[in-house]
Amino acid sequence: MEYEAVIGLEVHVQIRTKTKMFTSVEHKFAEPPNTLTDPVIWAFPGVLPVLNFEAIKRTIELGLMLGCQIPEITKWDRKNYFYPDSPKNYQLSQYDQPLCLGGGVEIELPAKNASEMGEHRIVRLTRIHLEEDVGKLTHFNSDSLVDYNRAGTPLMEIVSEPDMHSSEEVFAYLTSLKNTISCAGISDCDMEKGQMRCDVNVSVRPKGAEEFGVKVEMKNINSISNARNSIDYEIKRQIECLKKGVQIVQETRRWDAQLGVTQSMRSKEDAHDYRYFPDPDLMPVKISAELLESIKANLPERPFDRQRRYMADYSLPYSVTSVMCHDNDLCSYFERAVKVYDKNPKAIANMLNNDLLRELASAGADESGSEADFEDIFGQPDSKAEDSAALAKKRLAACKITPETLAGLVKIIDSGVISKQMAKDVFVEMFKTGKSAGEIVSEKGLAQNSDSGELEKFCLDAMAANTKAVEQFKAGNEKAINALIGPVMKASKGKANPAMVLDIMKKLISQ
Amino acid sequence: MSEDIFYKSVTELSEMLSTGDISAVELAKTFIERKNSVDDKVGAFISCDEKSTLVAAEKSDGRRAKGESLGVLDGIPVGLKDLLAVRGQPLTCASKMLEKYVSPYTGTAMAKLESRGAVFWGRLNMDEFAMGSSCETSAFIKTRNPWNLECIPGGSSGGSAAAVAAGECACSLGSDTGGSIRQPASLCGIVGMKPTYGLVSRFGLAAFASSLDQIGPFARSVEDAAILLEAVAGYDRLDSTSFNVEIPDYRAALSTESLKGKKIGVPKEYFGVGISSEVSGLVNAAISRCVELGGEVVEISLPHTDLAIPVYYIIATAEASSNLARYDGIRYTHRSSEAKDIVDVYFKSRAEGFGEEVKRRIILGSYVLSSGYYDAYYLRAQKVRTLIRGDFEKAFETVDVIMTPTSPTKAFKFGEKTSDPLSMYLSDICTINVNLAGLPGISVPCGFTSDNMPVGLQMIGKAFDEASLLSYAYAYEQSCQWHKAHPKL
Repeated sequence: MEYEAVIGLEVHVQIRTKTKMFTSVEHKFAEPPNTLTDPVIWAFPGVLPVLNFEAIKRTIELGLMLGCQIPEITKWDRKNYFYPDSPKNYQLSQYDQPLCLGGGVEIELPAKNASEMGEHRIVRLTRIHLEEDVGKLTHFNSDSLVDYNRAGTPLMEIVSEPDMHSSEEVFAYLTSLKNTISCAGISDCDMEKGQMRCDVNVSVRPKGAEEFGVKVEMKNINSISNARNSIDYEIKRQIECLKKGVQIVQETRRWDAQLGVTQSMRSKEDAHDYRYFPDPDLMPVKISAELLESIKANLPERPFDRQRRYMADYSLPYSVTSVMCHDNDLCSYFERAVKVYDKNPKAIANMLNNDLLRELASAGADESGSEADFEDIFGQPDSKAEDSAALAKKRLAACKITPETLAGLVKIIDSGVISKQMAKDVFVEMFKTGKSAGEIVSEKGLAQNSDSGELEKFCLDAMAANTKAVEQFKAGNEKAINALIGPVMKASKGKANPAMVLDIMKKLISQ
Repeated sequence: MSEDIFYKSVTELSEMLSTGDISAVELAKTFIERKNSVDDKVGAFISCDEKSTLVAAEKSDGRRAKGESLGVLDGIPVGLKDLLAVRGQPLTCASKMLEKYVSPYTGTAMAKLESRGAVFWGRLNMDEFAMGSSCETSAFIKTRNPWNLECIPGGSSGGSAAAVAAGECACSLGSDTGGSIRQPASLCGIVGMKPTYGLVSRFGLAAFASSLDQIGPFARSVEDAAILLEAVAGYDRLDSTSFNVEIPDYRAALSTESLKGKKIGVPKEYFGVGISSEVSGLVNAAISRCVELGGEVVEISLPHTDLAIPVYYIIATAEASSNLARYDGIRYTHRSSEAKDIVDVYFKSRAEGFGEEVKRRIILGSYVLSSGYYDAYYLRAQKVRTLIRGDFEKAFETVDVIMTPTSPTKAFKFGEKTSDPLSMYLSDICTINVNLAGLPGISVPCGFTSDNMPVGLQMIGKAFDEASLLSYAYAYEQSCQWHKAHPKL
């Protein structure tokens, strides 16, 4: 029998606000333990929560970007459970009247050919609600320490419908969500810093069945690759259970990245009764039409929309947009460059996405020591590819080639001042020194030789030296001309304008 | 007859301070001496810090000397129920759980008092976590009724009431969740007021039941209560349930003529079973006096009155079960020395730290919130609460004020009701509805029983119209002067 997996995700994202969700303490990462606290965070007797309206606005913003409905009234509830990560022993969350309902996340599945756009589909959302993050526990042999710096950080929970069927779809979903949220500036979604975490619900059923199988929850997956691996493992485990006739238990399982397996944490019987009830310390909030309108009026463009716009407006091929359009810094770099020189956006996009990013990534390879320490402390890093992309992005801001100088380089290539071959050397020089292409070309005398008289002389010399190639070309072997052009380039010390050489050579041979 | 200084009103004391008849330090010493001479009998104080009180009084004198007095409360010793947060002061909630806790911050109402120059004097006894009606659930001391030391002072703010009645402080703050200010005020023969929910910030009030708790004043006169209330009232950004209303000059609004032409609603449900005939007799006499002052009695009905106790004990315990979860043995509360693991820390610390009544209410509250029972209990109780509120709204369409007994009985003897929680819960039968409806209520002394125990008249007003309510109470008080009587200690 064939089986099908059914997967739903609960993704937690810390919102980038200045202060915490219910008090005016700042929230930051990697501060000394318990320094970002106040009486409210410690839950001393008599303290009360005060809503952070910025967090509410940012959540609504994401909701609107994802096509959610925003109910007029929203409220906060207490989720009661005893654990030292929660100083009040209840978490302020939203139970039955969340900020956002419905909506969906557009995802792109990988195409067979990486240079082509894959299939797009919508993963439906159940809801998005807003709550507070909890503190962090560190366990030792005989005791545990708690750090409340993270406690009270505004945290969105984005709940999907059980709408995914493979780890590829989950990967695409998390990637799209991450890109959408980070492009909107709502969160950096840095999974290593715990800014984005997810709980995964997986069940399997015979293909074509209507009913869902028994659901297993995997909690606190802290990287996209861990999500992918744990889901693959869990689907396989559950299918094997069904094949062997072993009952799947409704339970919560933990993903052990080291061993590459999931392990049972607690069964349904041990599940908490959270005793949800409306928080009497906070009033329900009415979302006014004016607030919705003002958020709608300034809604950021969704990355996939931007990608489609770039492909249409700038005639860019899919391959150069697939990374760039999901990154604000790259896009604003690109747009600044196009503003300076708007005749060849494609060449600019290519140079940015291929040459510049590659250079940035390799330039960073030597100095990544600090990042490596960071991984040791905070556990499983994402794949190296993700790391280097993130690093390259980080260095873009400090890059010596500005959008303006990059546009300048493309412009002088287009106008034939230098050849593409030479452009590579100029590019490297620009990357090192920050000088403009024009400066480098004039300093080093790299300008292309476009003197037709001189080029004709080089061509005639080359033809005389290799009559065989001339005959072959005449006989119809187009490639034979390369054997003639090579010596011309050599004779001109690489400065001959290749397009002109080609024209002149063809003309001479056919005469 | 020269009255003892410690029984003078805040207005009188303030006058003495401004004329220089007494200094703030002398005044503080007067109350310190009074406390030291009578509190072994009364037992109102869980703790006090004479030194910091004298330092605050000294500062007050300094301001006055420079002509920078902060007003009528500058230099006046004010007692605080031991659940109100003041930076550097203990805050025990009369519980072993918080025996060693010192607040690192000052709550809004207390900060406002400080900004008016009030001198904090003493941490006053209460039922543990404000759960009780007699002060008997305090983990530390027994507070006695100054009128009869064999009787309870009422609760939960029994210490705040007894201290004011016994002249151990000029006035005090308490909190009222189901009658915890009005009932002890009534039993101790003083004025006590629960403001409209949302008038006084709850920031810095250790929560019992968040949707019902309010901070309010105890005083030996309506005028003093008005002064104290005005000082602490007002919108606070730190309390999302506080209401943004203009705070009028309550004291200036007081008038002996205020009851003229006013309709006094008298709900029949408050004079039936469970109300002692002596109490209802005195309350009826007080209402008659109000009629003589120009009021007109309108018989009204508040049909959902009998549902108040069950509704209250569902809502209040549900909220309490969650509010008290923070007292867990992890950070600043009592931690059991027997605990071996995390679950042990919770179970043993809470078993040792909380008293019987607190545990009873936490269990009750956890039960009514648990999955499968929520709709039947909590949700239903909230719906009935809406009906109760509706009763009052309807009544106030025709009347200006509602008058009832504050407590169904006079102060009872120690131990009389401790073995029967339900009979104890019925002590609040006249006051609970007012909390459920969120309305302001005041208890004013209205006479004495045959054995010379004080009885209080409860007046219930319209939401955020404390000015009128205080004025009605003032008109009645001034017409009979019951508040001038003091216990002999």
